[in-house]
Amino acid sequence: MAELRYREALREALREEMRRDQRVFLMGEDIGVFGGAFKVTEGLLEEFGEQRVRDTPISENSIVGFGIGAAMAGLRPVVELMTINFALLAFDQIVNHAAHIHYMFGGQTRVPLVIRMPQGAGHQLGPTHSHCFEALFAHVPGLLVAVPSTPADAKGLLKAAIRDENPVVFIEHESLYSERGEVPEDPDALVNFGSAAIRREGSDVTIVGVSRMARTATRAAQALADSEGVSAEVIDPRTLRPLDLETILASVRKTNRCVIVEEGWPHGGVGANLAALIAEQAFDYLDAPIARVSGADLPMPYSKVLEDIAYPHEPQVMRAALGTLGRQPARDGA
Amino acid sequence: MSGAEAVDLPPAEALREWLATMLLIRRFEERAGEMYARAKIGGFLHLAIGEEAAIVGSARALRPTDYLVSTYRSHGHALVRGTPPEAVMAELFGKADGCSKGRGGSMHMFDGKRRFMGGYGIVGGNLPIAGGLALSSAYTSKDEVTLCTLGDGACNQGTFGETMNLCALWRLPIVFLVTNNLFGMGTALERHSAVTELRARGEGFGVPGVRCDGMDVIDTYQKVCAAIARARSERRPMLVEAITYRFRGHSMADPERYRTREQVQEWRARDPIETFPARLIAEGKLDQGALAELQSRARQAVDQAVDFAERSPFPAPDALYDDIYVLGDQVRGSYSLRTTEPHEGGPSERSELAGDGEIARQITAALATGQEARASALELPEAPVGGAEQEAGS
Repeated sequence: MAELRYREALREALREEMRRDQRVFLMGEDIGVFGGAFKVTEGLLEEFGEQRVRDTPISENSIVGFGIGAAMAGLRPVVELMTINFALLAFDQIVNHAAHIHYMFGGQTRVPLVIRMPQGAGHQLGPTHSHCFEALFAHVPGLLVAVPSTPADAKGLLKAAIRDENPVVFIEHESLYSERGEVPEDPDALVNFGSAAIRREGSDVTIVGVSRMARTATRAAQALADSEGVSAEVIDPRTLRPLDLETILASVRKTNRCVIVEEGWPHGGVGANLAALIAEQAFDYLDAPIARVSGADLPMPYSKVLEDIAYPHEPQVMRAALGTLGRQPARDGA
Repeated sequence: MSGAEAVDLPPAEALREWLATMLLIRRFEERAGEMYARAKIGGFLHLAIGEEAAIVGSARALRPTDYLVSTYRSHGHALVRGTPPEAVMAELFGKADGCSKGRGGSMHMFDGKRRFMGGYGIVGGNLPIAGGLALSSAYTSKDEVTLCTLGDGACNQGTFGETMNLCALWRLPIVFLVTNNLFGMGTALERHSAVTELRARGEGFGVPGVRCDGMDVIDTYQKVCAAIARARSERRPMLVEAITYRFRGHSMADPERYRTREQVQEWRARDPIETFPARLIAEGKLDQGALAELQSRARQAVDQAVDFAERSPFPAPDALYDDIYVLGDQVRGSYSLRTTEPHEGGPSERSELAGDGEIARQITAALATGQEARASALELPEAPVGGAEQEAGS
C-alpha cells in the first residue's frame, strides 16, 4: 500500500494501464502540456508522448465521438471532459451513440471507451460548473457508471473501467482530488464494478452515500455514534451501473431504516431510484419511511453563503438518520 | 477538374459491376417502398432512389480494408459494401437475420466484417465517429482511409466544424462525401445554408473540397478516388461534394410540398441508372442484351431478399435484453430494472408513430398506383411525428 492523493491514484491507474496496453491512449482538453485542469494527467505527456496523450480543441461532443470511433476500431481511449457540466455538450455521443451502438448494431461491435469527468459543488463555480449529474448517466442502459469516493477506489475502478469492454462514464469529484488514502500498489488490483463498499458497520440505520456524499455520510455516522449513541451503517455503492443492490438490501434488512445521501437534484435522482428499489424489494423490513438527503433543487449559486447551504453536510444527514428513529438531534445544529 | 486528372477508369467489366450494383440498389429501394406500403416495414424508411451513382462511385474508390460510415439513409451503403440484400431486407422487416439482428432498422445498418461501420440516425452524429476510425488508422500506422458520408443538412451541425478541425489538426486519413441532394429533409439548401457551395465549407478548417456530379458515377469515382489517394498518401482530410437528387420523398411520410413536380422531372431526366447504361452502350462496353440480363439479376436478387426476409423469424422475446452490455468477469450486480420477463402482449392503442406510418402507406400506395394524385393532397393528422413541413405550417 502507498498513501496517495485521489488525483495521484487516478494518474497511477492511467500510467499503469498505458504501460500495460499500447491501445490505451488519452484525449482531452488541456490534459497534455497544461497537465490537466485538475492535474490528474500531469507528467503523462512526458512519459507517453503526443500520440498517446492528446490535447484536444474545445469540442466535447466530437472528442467523445472520436473516442467511440477509435474504440470501435479496437483501441481503448480514455477521454477527459473538464467538468461534468461540459459532458452535456457530449450527451448525444454518450447516450445516442456510445451507449447504444453495441445493442443497435446487433452486438457486432463494441465501445470500450472511458469518459472521465469531475463533478460537484464547493468551489464557487456557479450554475454551469458545479453540478452532480450521476443520475442522468445512471439512467441510460448501455453505460457503466462509476462514482469513486476514495483514492483506492479511484485507482481500482479506473483500471477496471479501462479493461472493460463497455462504455464507462467515470465520475470523479472536484473536492476529492487532494484527499489522501491508502492505495494498493499491485498493478492488477482492480475494484470490480457492481460491488458496494461498507464504509462503516452499524445496526440502527443504513446510510447510502453517493460519490463525495459517502464521505459526508461516514463523518455523520461517526458523529451519530459520538453524540447520539446511534450505530449507523454506511454504504458506498461505488458504481451506479451496475448497482450492488444486494449489499444495500442486506443492510436495510438488518437495520430496518435507510437514509440516502446524494449531492445531485432530488427529482428523479439516484436517491429516488434507490428508494423505489428498496421499497419494492424490502418494504416489509422497513420500520420507517426511507429518507433522502439531496442537493437543493436549484441551479448552483455562486455566493459562498448560498452555495454552502445548497448541498448536504453532516448535520442534514444526522437529522435524517435520527428522523428514521423518531428522534430529534440532542442539540440542534449538530 | 482539380484532383480528377490522374485517375484512370477501370476496365469495362468493373464498370458493368458498378451498373449492376446501382441497379440492385434501385430495385432494392423500390421493393422496400412497396414492402413499407404493405406494412412489412415499420418506422421511418429513407430511400436513396436517385443517389445510386453517388453511392457506388464513392464506395468503389475504397479498398476492402477502408472504412465506410453512412447516415440514416444507409441501405445502399450496406449493399455497395457487399452486405447480402437478404440481411438488409430482413433488417427492414425487423427479423432476427437482419444485419443488426432487427434492433437497428432502416437507419442503423451495420456490417463490421465488411468495414461498413454503420448507418447513424442522428444527423451529424456519424462525423466524429468516422474521425475516430481514421484516428485509429493513424494511431496504428495502418494504410487505411475512412470515407464518411453526410448530407447537406449535416453541414450545419456543430459536429461538422468540430470534426473538420480535429481531422485537419491531427492530419487524419479521411474523406468526407457531402451528398448534397439540395434538401435537408424538406428545407431547401438555400433556406438552410448561407454558403450554399458546400465544397467550400471545410476549407476554413483546413479541409480542401471539390465538387463532383453525383448523378455521374464516373465523375464521382474519379473525384473521390483522387481525394482518397491524397488522404492516404498525405495523411490529411479531404471533402467531396456530390451534387445529387433524391427522386422520392425524404422518408415515406413526405408529402413533398417543398419542391415542384417540374424540378423532380428535370432531375429524373438525369437518372443515373438510365444515363450510365446509355453511356456504356454508346461506348461499346455494354449491349442491350447484357443490360436486360443485369436488370433481371437485380430483380431476382431483390425477390430473393424479400423471400428471405419473409421467412426469417422475428427476434425471440427472450433476446430482448441481449447485447446491452458485453458481460465480463469484472462486472457484476444489477445493471437495470430488468424484470427478466419481456412485457407480454404489446400496445392495444395505436401510437402516434403508427398513425404516421399509416399516412405514409397511403401516400406510397397513391404513388405506386401511378395516379396523378399528389401526396400533398392527402390529409395529414394535426400533430404528425417528425415533419418539418408540418412544423412550419403549425
